[in-house]
Amino acid sequence: MGVTKVVMPKLSEQMETGKIIKWLKQEGDRVQSGDILAEVETDKADVEMEAFGSGVLRKILVAAGSAAPVGSLIGVIAEPGEDIASVVAQAGGAGALDGPGAPRTPPAATPVAATEMARRPSTPEAARPGAPATVAAATPAAGETPGRVKASPLARKIAAQSGVDLRLVQGSGPGGRVVRRDVEAMATAGAAPAAARPAVEFEDRPLSQMRAAIARRMPLSKAPVPHFYVTSEIAMDRAWGLREELNALEGQPKISVNDFVVRACAVALLEHPGVNASFQGESIRVFHRAHIGIAVALEDGLITPVLRDAHAKSLARIALEARDLAERARARKLRAPEMSGATFSISNLGMFDVTEFSAIINPPEGAILAVGSVRTVPVVTDAGLGVGRRMMLTLSCDHRAMDGAMGARFLQDVKRLLEEPLRLLV
Amino acid sequence: MAARTFDVVVVGTGPGGYVAAIRCAQLGLSVAAVEDDRPGGVCLNWGCIPTKALLRNAEVLHLVESAERFGIKADNVRADYGEAIKRSRGVADRMAKGVEFLFRKNKITLVPGTGMLRSKTTVEVRGAAGPETLEAGRAVILATGSEPRSLPGVTIDEKLVISSNGAVRNETRPASILVIGAGAVGMEFADVYAAYGTQVTVLEALPRVLPIEDEEVSTLLSRLFSLRGMTLKTGVKVSAVEPGGAGVLVETDGGRLEAGQVLMAVGRGARTAGIGLEALGIQLERGFVKVSPTMETSVKGVYAIGDMAGAPLLAHKAMAEGVVAAEAIAGRQPRPVDYGNVPSCTYCRPQVASIGLSESKAKENGREVTVGKFPFTASGKAVALGETDGFVKVVADKATGEIVGVHIVGPEATEIIHEFAVGRTLEATLEEIVHTIHAHPTLSEAAFEATLAALGQAIHI
Repeated sequence: MGVTKVVMPKLSEQMETGKIIKWLKQEGDRVQSGDILAEVETDKADVEMEAFGSGVLRKILVAAGSAAPVGSLIGVIAEPGEDIASVVAQAGGAGALDGPGAPRTPPAATPVAATEMARRPSTPEAARPGAPATVAAATPAAGETPGRVKASPLARKIAAQSGVDLRLVQGSGPGGRVVRRDVEAMATAGAAPAAARPAVEFEDRPLSQMRAAIARRMPLSKAPVPHFYVTSEIAMDRAWGLREELNALEGQPKISVNDFVVRACAVALLEHPGVNASFQGESIRVFHRAHIGIAVALEDGLITPVLRDAHAKSLARIALEARDLAERARARKLRAPEMSGATFSISNLGMFDVTEFSAIINPPEGAILAVGSVRTVPVVTDAGLGVGRRMMLTLSCDHRAMDGAMGARFLQDVKRLLEEPLRLLV
Repeated sequence: MAARTFDVVVVGTGPGGYVAAIRCAQLGLSVAAVEDDRPGGVCLNWGCIPTKALLRNAEVLHLVESAERFGIKADNVRADYGEAIKRSRGVADRMAKGVEFLFRKNKITLVPGTGMLRSKTTVEVRGAAGPETLEAGRAVILATGSEPRSLPGVTIDEKLVISSNGAVRNETRPASILVIGAGAVGMEFADVYAAYGTQVTVLEALPRVLPIEDEEVSTLLSRLFSLRGMTLKTGVKVSAVEPGGAGVLVETDGGRLEAGQVLMAVGRGARTAGIGLEALGIQLERGFVKVSPTMETSVKGVYAIGDMAGAPLLAHKAMAEGVVAAEAIAGRQPRPVDYGNVPSCTYCRPQVASIGLSESKAKENGREVTVGKFPFTASGKAVALGETDGFVKVVADKATGEIVGVHIVGPEATEIIHEFAVGRTLEATLEEIVHTIHAHPTLSEAAFEATLAALGQAIHI
């Protein structure tokens, strides 16, 4: 069946590199297409990487613990006796960024002929989400190293061996080049917390892949995306009551307040496609389906799994899927497509007793809704002063894609849906 | 008498001082350079340059005498040592004039005389034209160099007991000489004298010749010098040197030795006396002026560079320090001198060059190393030249491939070493060297092959 190149798959929109957590197959193991080859840590989650060809895992080019750029060759599957030398040799700089066994040639484009030879015949699997990208599917050209860091060869090796992420090292060499002392300083700083002496004044914790991704990407949102905010207070008494009724039913999934919010947003987004939109530079992409990202807090960051086609799903279905996504997000078992493609996001800090807050838009999405807690507060009713349940919603909008009135009208609809929650059931 | 004022006053115009002066001038500063001898200092006039001229004579003589190897008959070869010295002086003169030219070109005022600090901004010059006072608006750079040391109780009279100063001047050579000290200076003069027919004995207190070099280098050089008829005695302590016998008698713990002359080559000491350091409270450390990474002494505005500012006592290190001092004075942020990456060169035959740590030193430092060696006997270019003695030895960190040290004995070793100097500055590892195509046939291929050998991939051995 020929030689199958195993390349670092692009598992999310923004993924530039992935780190091999461990290889589940070793060199010499026979693998079937679809077998799990390795676990990969991306900026978002730990993902299982499937084999995309059958044969023997002849070569592992990126050792566990090392990172490799998306699209770079990390292994080779072939039948015993097949010549893989040229494939391996041509991997060149496309292999590990900084790992042991880093390729010794500088980044160079893989000759097309070799790519063709090694390219696996296209099958429906090729489009299957979660399968590692083949050479053909790999987005960056082989050999391309996105976000290249200027670093000396020695600095790269020491970084690889001490687990320092070069992208996070401030270079002190000529022109900001990362040199040995920078990496060593970083490695020492990173080792400090291990000593765990409470007496130290501070510690510098190395960034996890996820924290690094958040740190890199959030300024890309907050600075260039002109945010505006629209806040509304929602009377949640009826939704609360309905939720209690529903949750009292036998055989029904437990429904959270957030599930109500997701459902309300999904329904409202269909009515307000201008909010379900993404600024594209020359155009505004308006979505006709509501894929809703639900922010899930993790110990070292957060992740936003995507509940697809939420507009077409019942409250119960949303409840089931949202819980499943959140659980797997915490276990870092999300699959790649579950982490990208949202058209709108919801961030709920209600469980932390937060009254209200503003969220940062997750580009290329156009808006995000920040959800506060449901509070029991004194309210003015026709009968005088009463007790009511209230919740604050703050919508952050990309002003390039939409205007205040659009955001306000959308929020108004969300408010109506939540305040008349039977609408969410029909 | 009115004092002349300059931005910078440099005291001493050896390789440290003249480079500092030129760099200051390049950066737009007005500069006076004080010199009590000729511009160029010991290096150009009495050290590096004239000895290289003498070594070249020795090499040419050797080639002519061994011309039969090439099928060339050279009868009645006559080598006049006096002519060698004259040529050497001519070379030194030319280089010293070159420094004078560079001073004119850069509008640096050369002030002949002996400089002495009167305050941290005032240098008093005593010269033939009478005393003069120079005011330094920005800084004073001290670059007074070093002078040969002797053993306790032994006076260098430059007649029976000579230093390198005498050796480069004397137009006659003794029938026999005892060279005390087997460092670079001792080994180079031993080479010259032996080539011209003087019976040479080298005494070294430490256990091996070129004691700062890698052991394998010392071992090979010992063997090659012995084959050339020189006597090398290592681990020998000299207790007395006095006139007698054929000229000088030397008492050692291994018995009495006799020779026409003694060449004292036991090292050099900083010239720190008589230049006003004490009065200003400029701190010394083990005989050298204590300096900051930008070459500033303990007194602000007073800089010290070169031999007087500490080991290694090498011209190229002095030049590097001169640049750092000049740039710091001009308000730049120079990269400090990387003292761990200074090449060490000895120009005897075969040449010796090294950079970084020796294999044993690396191991003492707890480094886990891998070693690659390549002999010049396997180098096509070396065989064609008929210069196959020696090897390149690469010591690298086992885990990272960092080039920890390189040691070369052999033809043009002092040129080949720079590949590794650049590599180390760039923090290249073995892999970057072996991915660099080396022209064939060249002596530098030996460097390439030794690097391959450290990776277990040498092709030609």
